[in-house]
Amino acid sequence: MNKARSKPVNALAMHGALILYTLIALFPVFIILINSFKSRRAIFREPMALPDAESFSLIGYQTVLKQGDFLLYFQNSMIVTVGSLFFILLFGAMAAYALSEYRFRGNTLMALYLALGIMIPIRIGTVAILEMMVATGLVNTLWALILVYTAQGLPLAVFILSEFMRQVSDDLKNAGRIDGLSEYTIFFRLVLPLVRPAMATVAVFNMIPIWNDLWFPLILAPAEETKTLTLGSQVFIGQFVTDWNAVLSALSMAILPVLVLYVIFSRQLIRGITSGAVK
Amino acid sequence: MTALSLSSVNKSFGDVHVLKDIELSVEEGEFVVFVGPSGCGKSTLLRVIAGLEEASSGEIRIAGEVVNTTPPAKRGIAMVFQSYALYPHLNVRGNMTLALKQERQPRDVIAARVAKAAAMLNLEDYLDRYPSELSGGQRQRVAIARAIVREPKLFLFDEPLSNLDAALRMNTRLEIANLHRALGGSMVYVTHDQTEAMTLADKIVVLRDGRVEQIGSPMDLYNEPVNRFVAGFLGAPAMNFFPAGLLSPGDRRITGLRPEALHVDPDGPLEVQVSHVEQLGGDTNVIAQMQDHQITARLFGQHAITEGTRLRLGYDPARAYHFDETGARLG
Repeated sequence: MNKARSKPVNALAMHGALILYTLIALFPVFIILINSFKSRRAIFREPMALPDAESFSLIGYQTVLKQGDFLLYFQNSMIVTVGSLFFILLFGAMAAYALSEYRFRGNTLMALYLALGIMIPIRIGTVAILEMMVATGLVNTLWALILVYTAQGLPLAVFILSEFMRQVSDDLKNAGRIDGLSEYTIFFRLVLPLVRPAMATVAVFNMIPIWNDLWFPLILAPAEETKTLTLGSQVFIGQFVTDWNAVLSALSMAILPVLVLYVIFSRQLIRGITSGAVK
Repeated sequence: MTALSLSSVNKSFGDVHVLKDIELSVEEGEFVVFVGPSGCGKSTLLRVIAGLEEASSGEIRIAGEVVNTTPPAKRGIAMVFQSYALYPHLNVRGNMTLALKQERQPRDVIAARVAKAAAMLNLEDYLDRYPSELSGGQRQRVAIARAIVREPKLFLFDEPLSNLDAALRMNTRLEIANLHRALGGSMVYVTHDQTEAMTLADKIVVLRDGRVEQIGSPMDLYNEPVNRFVAGFLGAPAMNFFPAGLLSPGDRRITGLRPEALHVDPDGPLEVQVSHVEQLGGDTNVIAQMQDHQITARLFGQHAITEGTRLRLGYDPARAYHFDETGARLG
């Protein structure tokens, strides 16, 4: 163990800084959560106070669950996020494997072309995307969102995953070939499990922006039956009056599923981030 | 019957010509070792034989059949890798049986072969363990067992001992030699370690820069190297080289003397200054300078020689080798 690191003063300072950071990061979430359980008047009078017997109210949740088809929005968001992640990981991993494993003409060029997407924000092409979706009749379907998010996530996914695929032992893949496994079996059974941490990293990086996105749902799928949670919550924010109880309750509920997905991926994520550094 | 024959095999990666006109045949039951410095193309040659790389030109026959376009799994080979390359998601039994299941062998055949291979390599107690729960030596034994169960026409070993520590390497080397005796299979073994080559091989193939330098039995190569490279590569410590002109002025040849051919002789022709002494108990290696050439002498037994002393060394002229300036052996 490093001596400098084990000094109690340093350890204290380090933990102090980390705890402070955690508090700052969690504070807005905490405020949203406590205020979602308070009556409208209590929110404005004492925004920092915890709900007590007098100020406690579930009015926000009641409004959210009554008005608008909240469960449907929830389901839409879930379908879009999970579907997009599935396609990003599947196609991203396959492309990354092809780029890192096979020698073919234009390999480097193809890798650069795919990486280019990282530098160009997809929103620049919104108008063209909308025209395309209208032409193909995909407007107001969840597929429109899934396709766009898959395209948006692929460049970074290919970039990160191909780096990790290169580290998978050649001997292992060759052993599989000699034992008569098909290239698909080698990919799915031998290579994918070994790059699981990298896949989790890619999943988390993509999941949160997709879940929170307002732009594309608003433009491509604003119909009632395809609204996502973020778009659905907007009904409570009016130009003149905003139903804060409902907004805060909706936000509180929107945090939950991301939290669950994050917990699932996070163990792998930490390994994914650190594995390159401490190998 | 020949287990493997290569005729004018070439391999290029782009502009880099890695293997140049390789001609080779491996007889049935023969243990052939490819040896050479790193980058000489020995591993590439093995991969070409395995079918993991395609030969740019030439013909590869395994057990008489041309296999140039046959995929690795159908060539009747089994390979053991340097990094073991065990499937991490399967236990030892699963690792051993995967290839047989792919070949759709009947269940009882698989069970019998696994039992036999496990017994040969003392793996019976580990069949249900996962690779991550095994030590390096055990993993390599599993890798070898995985090759054995396939009962291939040809075994390929790619530096299988390089990842093991010295003591384990010696044991595993013995184990491989015993296996070869017990199975009588044809084996091709790649290594950069000349000790492994000398101890295991029936036939050694010395490679340099993608070319075969010499093929022969270990003692042939040791006693009759065709050039300076082979002479210097085989034998430890390595052969000494110095210009013959140092002893008989005007001679343009290069003299090669094995360290074990030298002995201390007050009337000897080589006058050297000792720079270092390695006492190994059984032998004593004396490293000395003759003008600016380093000379190593391997003396049998224990000798009290101190650094810095001047010595005269003698040798039997019949045990000296001579090479021309290009390195080719003379007479």
